[in-house]
Amino acid sequence: MDKSAEQQASTGISSLVDDWSSDKQTFDMPWGKLMMWIFLLSDTFIFSVFLTAYMSVRMTTTADWPPTSEVFALVIAGQHVPLLLIAIMTFILITSSGTMAMAVNYAYQGKPQRAAKLMLLTALLGASFVGMQAFEWSKLIVDEGIRPWGNPFGAEQFGASFFLITGFHGMHVSVGVIYLAVIANRLRKGFYTDKGYHIVEITGLYWHFVDLVWVFIFAFFYLW
Amino acid sequence: MPHTAIADQPDESHHPTKFIWKYIWSQDHKVIAIQYAVTAIFVGLIALVLSGLMRLQLGFPNTFSFIDPSAYIQFVTMHGMIMVIYLLTALFLGGFGNYLIPLMIGARDMVFPFLNMLSYWVYLLSVIVLLASFFVPGGPTGAGWTLYPPQAILQGTPGADWGILLMLLSLAIFIVAFTMGGLNYVTTVLQARAKGMTLMRMPLSIWGIFVATILGLLAFPALLVSAIMMLFDKLIGTSFFMPALVSMGEQLDYSGGSPILFQHLFWFFGHPEVYIVALPAFGMVSDVIATHARKNIFGYRQMVWAIVAIGGLSFIVWAHHMYVSGMNPYFGFFFATTTLIIAVPTAIKVYNWVLTLWKGNIHLTTAMLFAIGFIFTFTHGGLTGLFLGNVVVDLPLSDTYFVVAHFHMVMGVSPIMVLFAAIYHWFPKITGKHLHKGMGNAHFWVTFLGTYAVYLPMHYLGFLGVPRRYYAMGDTDFIPDSAQTLNASITVAALIVGLAQLIFIFNLLHSLRKGKPAGANPWGATTLEWQTEHTPPRHGNWGTHLPEVHRWAYDYSVPNAKDDFIPQNVADQDVVMVAVPETAPLDVSQQAIDLGPGEPS
Ligand code: HEM
Ligand SMILES: [Cu+2]
Repeated sequence: MDKSAEQQASTGISSLVDDWSSDKQTFDMPWGKLMMWIFLLSDTFIFSVFLTAYMSVRMTTTADWPPTSEVFALVIAGQHVPLLLIAIMTFILITSSGTMAMAVNYAYQGKPQRAAKLMLLTALLGASFVGMQAFEWSKLIVDEGIRPWGNPFGAEQFGASFFLITGFHGMHVSVGVIYLAVIANRLRKGFYTDKGYHIVEITGLYWHFVDLVWVFIFAFFYLW
Repeated sequence: MPHTAIADQPDESHHPTKFIWKYIWSQDHKVIAIQYAVTAIFVGLIALVLSGLMRLQLGFPNTFSFIDPSAYIQFVTMHGMIMVIYLLTALFLGGFGNYLIPLMIGARDMVFPFLNMLSYWVYLLSVIVLLASFFVPGGPTGAGWTLYPPQAILQGTPGADWGILLMLLSLAIFIVAFTMGGLNYVTTVLQARAKGMTLMRMPLSIWGIFVATILGLLAFPALLVSAIMMLFDKLIGTSFFMPALVSMGEQLDYSGGSPILFQHLFWFFGHPEVYIVALPAFGMVSDVIATHARKNIFGYRQMVWAIVAIGGLSFIVWAHHMYVSGMNPYFGFFFATTTLIIAVPTAIKVYNWVLTLWKGNIHLTTAMLFAIGFIFTFTHGGLTGLFLGNVVVDLPLSDTYFVVAHFHMVMGVSPIMVLFAAIYHWFPKITGKHLHKGMGNAHFWVTFLGTYAVYLPMHYLGFLGVPRRYYAMGDTDFIPDSAQTLNASITVAALIVGLAQLIFIFNLLHSLRKGKPAGANPWGATTLEWQTEHTPPRHGNWGTHLPEVHRWAYDYSVPNAKDDFIPQNVADQDVVMVAVPETAPLDVSQQAIDLGPGEPS
């Protein structure tokens, strides 16, 4: 083929185009991994639309936005401690990204048992995140009377968008926990010994994505 | 490191033998494609019947007692939604995308066949949920295909209890189905091409389908999110889209929401959706034109970049559907500008199709007739789009029949023309039989001329100010009585066009059993799907060896080559040349002697 000659001759942009359009494969990665990337791109759009919609209703709604630093505060020994719970939740989720990265590393080193353990740990951290979220929800609903259709503090869009978006994210985390558990279990049983351990990295991509999205949700809901 | 699975390993794909594994729970992309296509055509026919009913009411008001104002607006809504989503999107991507991608790029199947199968069954579920809304109390929703709140979910709109719920649910399910298929299409195009099939050698059909799928993956999220939010507004009383309002004398519990937000979200999906159906059509029509004109497509690279550019631009024009929503004039200016910019790559494509025909060796097969018909209808629809893209012109025309005429020409009739062209073109590969040419020609002429009889007068009705989505015109000062005569004639034409589709359906069924055998490559086409060992291609597509690609997809009428086409998988040294006498150098025009096999009449 004259491809190599062509590649040598071309520079800059056109060599980039050539690389990308080379035959067989555009990206040097397994099919499943590319598919996960594309899915996450699509999912990014879902979350972006959610967050844009939230910002939009927050700016256009007629009533005042509830005072978030009070609403989200925990009362400890009679003191309002803003952002405490959420800081812990965020810390846990980011830690879980760390354990996930270690799992990927061990998997590629050919240590599936260790990788499986770390994935289970990741799942556990994820599950505790969901548990704390459930706690937060119940506190907001039961103690403060916040509902999707209204609340005592101001604009009802607060409850609506908060429950919808954190709920949608929590669902992603829950799905991730199950996904991690299933893959970890298979890993433990040697299911991937012949196939290779790409799947751990693919699972990791999803998990990191879910964490990253949380950072945005955190910023837009709790810090604004 | 190459990552391969079934693409390179024929023995890995086991061939199912039992009927239900082969034809029902099949993971073969070709079977899934046919399942998609049959389902889509079936719902499409329902939408066609609905349009006939609407036309009956408009042409002969007060004659049909079963069409009351509620039923009329329900028909409008279901007709529009079915046509755009469940027919066109599903047929172009689920049907032709599935069939053509692996065959045209030289793969054995999609990269994840199981997911692909699931995609179809979830699509079927969405269709069932949608059709179920005809049978629930209150009937299907009458919110218009745009589903604008607040009216979509308020009492007074037909189907405000059940119909709208089922519609939103069905859309969400459809999006899940589309995502499963779409991930497959994109990954397959990017990662599973045959040796030598660089992106810049792919047939334009694949380019169109590929970019359209990416648009879908990025645009459907907006529809999904707005559907979920509207479901919440309806079911648990949130107020995302609902301002404080009084309905039927009663103050409702909603407050502070933004109906305009929904419009933005809907059209952020809705405009790219236009191109989700248009880009595959652009691609497929290019291949049909090049093949039946025995000429390479004019400006292949331009065509590819135009597809990509249109795809990108289609995300920044959405608010041209909202000029009457009271937005800031500067926004209007911005969106009018982007809208007119998108006309540039689109016009380039039209020029290139025409230049491909120019001095081509045109075979007027049925597929070619429909392809040429497309150039007409698309150009007309595109030109009226230039009017509507400008704020000041759009304001008086918005929500009139001018708009109805515009979007039917550009995104109704034109993609349908390409679908017909594609079906007449690829049917011989899919079934091994030719469609009957006489019936095909009759189908074409009635459909093409009928289209003009239906939609040209509608532009005029729009100028008169006849509003869209109205059950009857009633008495006004500005609409003359003659408009009603025009309406009656439009209805007659529409019914004839509708009936002409029966010829097509009959032709399909008839030719399936009694059609002339087509052979492997009846049109003398260059692309890979025509080079398969078997026709129709078997499971796994390629026998023991994957094809190897040596050239682009458009080597038609190459000077000095013996045949007037060189398939993509023929190496340079295998091309049979004619002996050229030294004294008389051939020029290209002499080469135009037809060597290609024609269509049996
Ligand atoms: C013989 C073919 C067709 C006929 C006779 C027809 C007729 C009609 C009629 C009478 C309306 C209602 C106009 C109104 O009252 O506002 C309508 C609306 C519509 N049609 Fe068609 N149509 C046909 C094909 C198609 C196709 C192929 C598409 C695919 C894009 C399509 C998409 C739509 C849409 C999106 C609407 C708007 C629905 C709404 O206002 O909510 N139609 N059509
Ligand atoms: Cu548009």
